[in-house]
Amino acid sequence: MSNLMNWTWFHKLGSPKWFYEISGRWLPWLSAAAALLLAVGLVWSLAFAPPDYQQGNSFRIIYIHVPAAFLAQSVYVMLAVAGVVGLVWKMKLADVAVQQAAPIGAWMTVIALVTGAIWGKPTWGTYWVWDARLTSMLILLFLYFGVIALGQAISNRDSAAKACAVLAIVGVINIPIIKYSVEWWNTLHQPATFSVIEKPAMPLEMWLPLLIMVLGFYCFFGAVLLLRMRLEVLKREARSSWAKAEVKTHVEKSL
Amino acid sequence: MSFTSFAEFLAMGTHGAYVWSSFAISLAVLALNVVLPLLARRRYLQDEARRLRREESQ
Repeated sequence: MSNLMNWTWFHKLGSPKWFYEISGRWLPWLSAAAALLLAVGLVWSLAFAPPDYQQGNSFRIIYIHVPAAFLAQSVYVMLAVAGVVGLVWKMKLADVAVQQAAPIGAWMTVIALVTGAIWGKPTWGTYWVWDARLTSMLILLFLYFGVIALGQAISNRDSAAKACAVLAIVGVINIPIIKYSVEWWNTLHQPATFSVIEKPAMPLEMWLPLLIMVLGFYCFFGAVLLLRMRLEVLKREARSSWAKAEVKTHVEKSL
Repeated sequence: MSFTSFAEFLAMGTHGAYVWSSFAISLAVLALNVVLPLLARRRYLQDEARRLRREESQ
């Protein structure tokens, strides 16, 4: 019981040194998991998954389109959660997470939009329509751009952190709009075909590689996020003794 | 395996251009997301190394 109620881990999380140490231990495992899952998922989805009876082989684009779109939305929710943590508990690490996750989320949105457009051509006969799902995903991309631009434009770190947190929290309203856009409006985009918790709407031999790709994308995000956050923490803590010692060990290795 | 030959695999029915361009662009973006932070880290450590050497030689 006392363990469950123990919040020391939460306060430790605010310590840059503790974060740097623990993330250094996780990073190799996350990277290996991401590489393995993505490699298996790619081969499976390209060569072994059966073609769709209606769409043929263009359906294989689902194996990157859906994981990227999933991740793009999850990362934005993560920005909002980190924003709340940063505003309420004044945790500096939360701002590091917001700043470093936003570019990855933006890239995932780009992948979802580009692969969606390419997939749209053989399926709908057009690369782009101003349909609710596509438009709300484009808005998500602009929200990411907004967070990135705000973080870089405001020179005072604390003010920038606050502004980005507020934008992340306000912008999260777009996430349910994306999710329900296919139900609320008459859209060209098909409703969700993949869910982790519900019974798959597609045959298992199509669904399993998709699950592996989704897991691979999440591990990939985790690894890249840690990689980026570790460098940012090292820069922000450059004057502390542990950061100096860390830089020194790397410098000596490279000499 | 859902293809009988490598040529068939490349052709992806009639959708080769769509499938391969999607996967190529996506993989390039993923690679960029790994390479850029790694380069940034190396650059930062090199800059710091130079700064440390300057400070020590003074």
